[in-house]
Amino acid sequence: MVEKQLNEGSNALPHTAIDAEVCKGCRRCIAACPQQVLRLRPTMNHCGIQPAEYIGRDCTGCGICFYNCPEPYAIRVESPDRPTRNS
Amino acid sequence: MSTKRTVGMFESFDRSGRATRSSHYCAGCGHGILHKLITEALVELGLQDRTVVVSPIGCAVFGYYYWDVGNIGAAHGRAPAVATAVSRTIPQAVVVAYQGDGDLAAIGFNCAVQAANRGERMVTFMVNNCTYGMTGGQMSPTSLLGQRTLTSPQGREAATEGHPLRVAELFNQLQAPVYIARCSVADTKRIFQTKQIVRKALELQRDGKGYAYVEVLSPCPTAMGLDALASARFTAEQMEQVFPLGVIRDHSTQAVPLPPPAPACSVPDFFARYRDRDFPAPVEDATYTERRMIVAGSGGQGILVLGLCLIEAGALAQRFVTWYPTYGPEQRGGFASCALVIGGRTIGSPHVEHPDILVCLTRPMLERFLPLVKPGGVVFCDTMILGPDAPSRPDVRIVAVPATELAAANGSSRAANTVMLTALLHTRVTGLPEEAILHARDATLRKKPSLIALNRHVFDAGLAWCRQNLP
Repeated sequence: MVEKQLNEGSNALPHTAIDAEVCKGCRRCIAACPQQVLRLRPTMNHCGIQPAEYIGRDCTGCGICFYNCPEPYAIRVESPDRPTRNS
Repeated sequence: MSTKRTVGMFESFDRSGRATRSSHYCAGCGHGILHKLITEALVELGLQDRTVVVSPIGCAVFGYYYWDVGNIGAAHGRAPAVATAVSRTIPQAVVVAYQGDGDLAAIGFNCAVQAANRGERMVTFMVNNCTYGMTGGQMSPTSLLGQRTLTSPQGREAATEGHPLRVAELFNQLQAPVYIARCSVADTKRIFQTKQIVRKALELQRDGKGYAYVEVLSPCPTAMGLDALASARFTAEQMEQVFPLGVIRDHSTQAVPLPPPAPACSVPDFFARYRDRDFPAPVEDATYTERRMIVAGSGGQGILVLGLCLIEAGALAQRFVTWYPTYGPEQRGGFASCALVIGGRTIGSPHVEHPDILVCLTRPMLERFLPLVKPGGVVFCDTMILGPDAPSRPDVRIVAVPATELAAANGSSRAANTVMLTALLHTRVTGLPEEAILHARDATLRKKPSLIALNRHVFDAGLAWCRQNLP
């Protein structure tokens, strides 16, 4: 249970969501991530590819992995809205 | 919570009859990165519903499965010509020609340079990966010196294969382009530069300011024989030595929106202007049921002429008519067919998929078209091509006419089409008046008046046979 939460990331924190069945395992996101919080999953997906996965902490929500990813629907980055001055 | 995700693409991609969320591109291909940047900019600029993307031949040929915009596929290298047509006929459209280096810089280079020289309102994205990716990694005009490809196994040599073609610099010699830039999707820094350039080029299109050319250096791991990261390094380190990045020309501030092209005339006016003066204008008639017909056989059987005769009769009877021929390259003996539409109102498409009436003079054409006839339709065919193993259908009426035999017995086997005309007249399937058909019968021979008498003789023989043998 704890591990599942870590992989999907907490909703309150910025996190990267990777669709393991769409990812082609090219590793561009892993190489590009400034926080180095992405890695190849040890297990294969249904295509026999090791997809990228988020280690579950320290994502800043910068979106760099998203822009480096050649697959339209492999990576989604969620970040909480920044508090504004009035809130 | 804000989300960074792909926008402006279809939710799923319906390739090969099945829906998927996965693209067809190889792991590490640069196309997907550029696709995402383009659709993101289109959505941010609110241009999605104004945009038409012309897909090339090449790996991006399936672009229309991805971009949720207007899409057209073009023949190899001809995206600029198709984009020109869209841009001129839909002045409010944002037109994108998406091409590769093989498509643009080799096969369609003339097409591309002429469109740039005319300053068409469009943006061309050329994905430059220094190879023909889709066809298996052959040398392209932009392949680097020394680059080993399938067709330059020893490496490209300037002496025999020439130097890499710098398209952006060549286009910079032209007067008309408003914006010329080269960028790359090799790494994060370059991708964010590309994002700005893509947005700028699309803003120019939004404002109708003219031609923009954006060349995007992109890795092709498969053809380069490298993994995704090594091919990205090759793109950044090797390709940029020949193809330096940067904005080469930016006339966006001086450029003023081009006036929308003034159409020479509307489509109905065009047809009115060029209509043959011999024909009366067609008249709307709700009581006439539109007939969609196919006449098919071999070259030399007068297939196309029979079609012309029928639409000439239709035109004389003030119907709306179209004639749409299809034929092989052979003058004699190849397949020939024509699609005819005769209607009581403006005809939408001249293409006939499912005919009400089929006229067939050869067996292969019968086998091809019989399954397409609408239930309740009528098929006229030469008795000669029928037989115990002939295709048949219980839900269509098949009228067998010994057309070739009758024509040969009365002077010329090549007048079988005329016998078929008598069967069409006798059965009244076209709903056209007899006098119009008789007039058209002679009129189609206006260039060969010596044949009119023979043709009338065959016609009379055919009609006599029909009266005796057909209900």
